[in-house]
Amino acid sequence: MVPLSYYLLLSGILFACGVTGFLIKRNIITIFMSIELMLNGVNLSFVAFAAHWHQLAGQVFVFFVMVVAAAESAVGLAIIIAVYRARETLNVDQVNLLKL
Amino acid sequence: MSVHLILFLFFGAIALAGAINLLAQTHPINSALSLIAVMAALAGEFLLLGAEFVAAIQVIVYAGAIMVLFVFVIMLLNAGVEERTKGSRVAIMFGVPGMLLGSLLVAWAVVHSSGGEVVPVGALPGPPSTIGELLFHQFLLPFEVTSILILIAILGAVVLASKPQVVQKRKEH
Amino acid sequence: MTGTLNLWLIPILPLAGAAINGFFGKKSSRRAVSTVALVFSGAAFACALLAVLRFWPESNTPYQEYLTHWIRAGSFSADFAFYLDRLSVVMVLVVTGVGFLIHIYSVGYMWDDPGYYRFFSYLNLFMFFMLTLVLANNYLLMFIGWEGVGLASYLLIGFWFTKDSAASAGKKAFIVNRIGDFGFLIGLFLLIQHFGSLNFTEVFDQVKPMGVEASAGRLTAIGILLMVGACGKSAQIPLYVWLPDAMEGPTPVSALIHAATMVTAGVYMVSRSHMIFERAPIALTVVAIIGTLTALFAATIGVTQTDIKKVLAYSTVSQLGYMFMACGVGAFSAGIFHLMTHAFFKGLLFLGAGSVIHAVGGEQDMRKMGGLKTYIPITFTVMLVATLAISGIPPLAGFWSKDEILWKAYESNPVYWVIGAITALITSFYMFRLLFMTFWGDYKGISVDDHGHAHATQGHGEHGHGEPHESPMVMLVPLVILAILSFVGGFVGIHNGFEHFLEPVFGGEFPKTITQGAGNTEWILMGISVAFAFAGLILAYILYVSKPYLPQKIADSLNGFYKAVLNKYYVDELYAAVFVKPLIDASSKVLWQGVDRKVIDDTINDAADGARHVSDEVRHMQSGNLRSYAGWIAAGAAIVIAYMTWLGVSR
Repeated sequence: MVPLSYYLLLSGILFACGVTGFLIKRNIITIFMSIELMLNGVNLSFVAFAAHWHQLAGQVFVFFVMVVAAAESAVGLAIIIAVYRARETLNVDQVNLLKL
Repeated sequence: MSVHLILFLFFGAIALAGAINLLAQTHPINSALSLIAVMAALAGEFLLLGAEFVAAIQVIVYAGAIMVLFVFVIMLLNAGVEERTKGSRVAIMFGVPGMLLGSLLVAWAVVHSSGGEVVPVGALPGPPSTIGELLFHQFLLPFEVTSILILIAILGAVVLASKPQVVQKRKEH
Repeated sequence: MTGTLNLWLIPILPLAGAAINGFFGKKSSRRAVSTVALVFSGAAFACALLAVLRFWPESNTPYQEYLTHWIRAGSFSADFAFYLDRLSVVMVLVVTGVGFLIHIYSVGYMWDDPGYYRFFSYLNLFMFFMLTLVLANNYLLMFIGWEGVGLASYLLIGFWFTKDSAASAGKKAFIVNRIGDFGFLIGLFLLIQHFGSLNFTEVFDQVKPMGVEASAGRLTAIGILLMVGACGKSAQIPLYVWLPDAMEGPTPVSALIHAATMVTAGVYMVSRSHMIFERAPIALTVVAIIGTLTALFAATIGVTQTDIKKVLAYSTVSQLGYMFMACGVGAFSAGIFHLMTHAFFKGLLFLGAGSVIHAVGGEQDMRKMGGLKTYIPITFTVMLVATLAISGIPPLAGFWSKDEILWKAYESNPVYWVIGAITALITSFYMFRLLFMTFWGDYKGISVDDHGHAHATQGHGEHGHGEPHESPMVMLVPLVILAILSFVGGFVGIHNGFEHFLEPVFGGEFPKTITQGAGNTEWILMGISVAFAFAGLILAYILYVSKPYLPQKIADSLNGFYKAVLNKYYVDELYAAVFVKPLIDASSKVLWQGVDRKVIDDTINDAADGARHVSDEVRHMQSGNLRSYAGWIAAGAAIVIAYMTWLGVSR
């Protein structure tokens, strides 16, 4: 028997790792992967709660999250390719033409 | 110390290790592989919770399609090792402890408030067919909308990633 | 009396004249302008005469005419309404009559001035305001007239506004008047506070049952404040300084406004408020003291002045002092009597001086005149009449009124009489000095040759001259009329006739015993004052005709004192140093640099600068750097999460 809080803890730690990666990494693709990590953490907490309250809707929600994640990573990677073509770099600090 | 708990801790450890490794590695391909490990471990967790359908989807879609896409792009763009600069050192120095602190705070809050309810093994009821019924009855609209979303995403990805068309200017003779 | 007297016509007619001349005068011929001006002011005089004649049979009770309502605020109301009693009769006839004569005179005097139409417009405007003042039935309407004559005075003093000194003189007059008006206003506020109304009948009906205030109380306060206003308008100490400067205006202006009518507004107002003053002896004493001191003070200055108009200006201040002395000892009818005779002979003096100035081509310094009695005999004759009148030589008008005042002053306190008699001596002296310097001896003016004319005061005639010449008929006729009035105007005072006439107004429970003179005392005093008048004449004759070297010797021997008197006791300089300079300094250094620039402007500038600095800092958020954006988002999210955690935990 595993307390609910353990699942939530794990989910939170995964999310925190994702945020950290998002902030400290400079490679665009790595940043993207951190976003995926965040989404995974959130999925875990959804399912944990769904189990806790015996509702299936939590799982359905996870389903949708995954769909959206898929779509988003497809588009995002396409953008990265386009940016790479334009700027020849994957370093996010150098993609700064929007600077004021 | 039930088996449930041991399995939970096992998968949890793998997930954590993978997450931390994602942060620690400098080459993106190593980070991608760690992420796959994390997803696999999470699939295990889902199974423990009785969400077979989700676990299966996790492996098939997430680890099998999305991560493959990532690896393709990494190979395509020939991403190299990230250099250490002064700024990144500062970020790591401040960011990581900050994040640790924040997460510990949240963790404490969660543990403090939840009061130790337990989730039994396989708590989620019913076979996957119930999910199917939910999907096509209660959640029909989001279902259809997401299908359109995927369509749009495909179109967008194709347009964005295609080689730029060179527009020939007609010169007047 | 059947029907209305249509009093409202009397002020409105000159207003119409002013409007017509003001709007259409520029394009009209001088004939048209003068016709309009004369017709409307003459009509005002005619209406006044008519109204008086119809009022006469029932003139014991005042007549009020209501034109239209004006202010209704709670329990306070003031309306456009007019009031006629015997006092107003005297005032309105003097104002319209003398005013009309001066209008006629001005047609000749101002003929060559480019601002001809403007002059008559302002002059008619002045008549309108002055008539409103004397005919008003409440203090508020009177105050409108009061302010309006101040405005007209400013416009007319600064008539030749391109001249700096004239413009400054106009400003000075208006500002000093304003100071007096401030006191007047406070007095009005006190009246409203205590009596709830500014209407004459309502106020005086409430004042009537009140007893005499032994110590300073509300009536004393009101009285003194009203007197402050009168000091400003009627040029008494300490607010007389504008009147000598007001001589910058054209001479008819000096005659009308600063001799006959406007400056007498203060005397009229004090007389109208006699019921208040009679119950506040302290205020009355203040009035008397101010009047007496001013009379003496101004007379001494008049002795040393060389500009013919300035001598007359100080003489006016001095005579006004006599009027206030009379009011101050409770002899209001004597004050009004002197007001009337003074209008005649002072108006005549000024118009005559204008004729003299016109004759010598603009010169106003008496030392450059002389011997004019052969050149301008008619002017000389009328000036002689006027000088005899003002010196108080019987049987001319001035003697009767001045003597009445001196007798009443003696009855109140012999000290007043002594000062008054000495002032009469000095008055006679400097007036005859003026006469002798101007008309006797040899003509010291610029010689008859190619010069043309010497510095003509601006706008005056440009007939090429040589010899001094007499004025045209249009200027001489009013002079003669005024001379006749100066001669006979005093006869109404015989056997206290004037006092009887004004008894319905000033009588009441403080009856001034209409004494025939306590037997011999009055005759003795009369004799002394006549002797003083002749003494002044003789003294002037000695100093300026027979032994003309003497004045210089006397001046040299009294050197310091003479210089002080010549410079008007340095009062203007004192005011400038004590009041004007600190005010200007405070205004420019404190209010302008300090408050306006530093506080107000800088506050706004600093606010704008501050906004700019803040935005300068904030714009660094838009760095174009993805990770900094991410950092901001993470920070924001962390705050929200922390808040929710806190919420959850604290529950």
